[in-house]
Amino acid sequence: MTTRTVTGRRVEPLVWLMFSGGGVVAAVLLPSLALLFAFALPLGWVSADHAQLAAVLGHPLTALVLLGSFVLMLVHSAHRFRYTLYDGLQLKMKGTIAGVCYGAALIGSLAAVWILFTV
Amino acid sequence: MSTPLPRTYVRPVSTWWWVRKRSYFVFVMRELSSIFVAWLVVYLLLLVRAVGRGGAAYQDFLDWAASPGMLVLNLVALGFVVLHTVTWFALTPQAMALRAGGRVVPPALVVASQYVGLAVVSAFVYWLVTR
Repeated sequence: MTTRTVTGRRVEPLVWLMFSGGGVVAAVLLPSLALLFAFALPLGWVSADHAQLAAVLGHPLTALVLLGSFVLMLVHSAHRFRYTLYDGLQLKMKGTIAGVCYGAALIGSLAAVWILFTV
Repeated sequence: MSTPLPRTYVRPVSTWWWVRKRSYFVFVMRELSSIFVAWLVVYLLLLVRAVGRGGAAYQDFLDWAASPGMLVLNLVALGFVVLHTVTWFALTPQAMALRAGGRVVPPALVVASQYVGLAVVSAFVYWLVTR
């Protein structure tokens, strides 16, 4: 039932739109975030103290932009991975795959709401 | 539920069809970038959570992120994200033909302007985090 609605025609254009939006965000925003927060800060190339980061993240606009970006990137990722499983590994069970992929994106999105708005 | 058998013969395709040709391999690698995009979103959410928990939790997160295993994982992830960025920018003019003044904007210009966008966004993020 859930998989019907997910793979159904009415939802499909919206998912493609979010896939494109998430693709743009991942292409434009993710490289700098990854470079900064996975390398530059942990390795001490640049420093940002906790108070500064907490202030930036505590701003509602930051939280909103990050939430939008994270949700779009999660849907992008789920959508692309769904087709990787279809075409790359040629898995059948299409309904189950779609349900698991979008379900994971939904759980991630809910976690993002929870984390971003409780900082 | 029984599906009717196809009337024509469908040649089975190997699971490893994409290793034989370079363009197929790049295509599959590009598609696999989705896993690392999702991982980096999870990673950034963990960072936000650590910042929310205070200075000590934030420092613990940075120490964890500086461990060899995490650095290797994130280096792989960064590589896949760069592959995503390059291929995404390259595909944009093919996905949509931008028109200005009745003419199609040259694809090279579309690609170049996206790199300008990437530079501007990156500079803004850097400024916001380190100012």
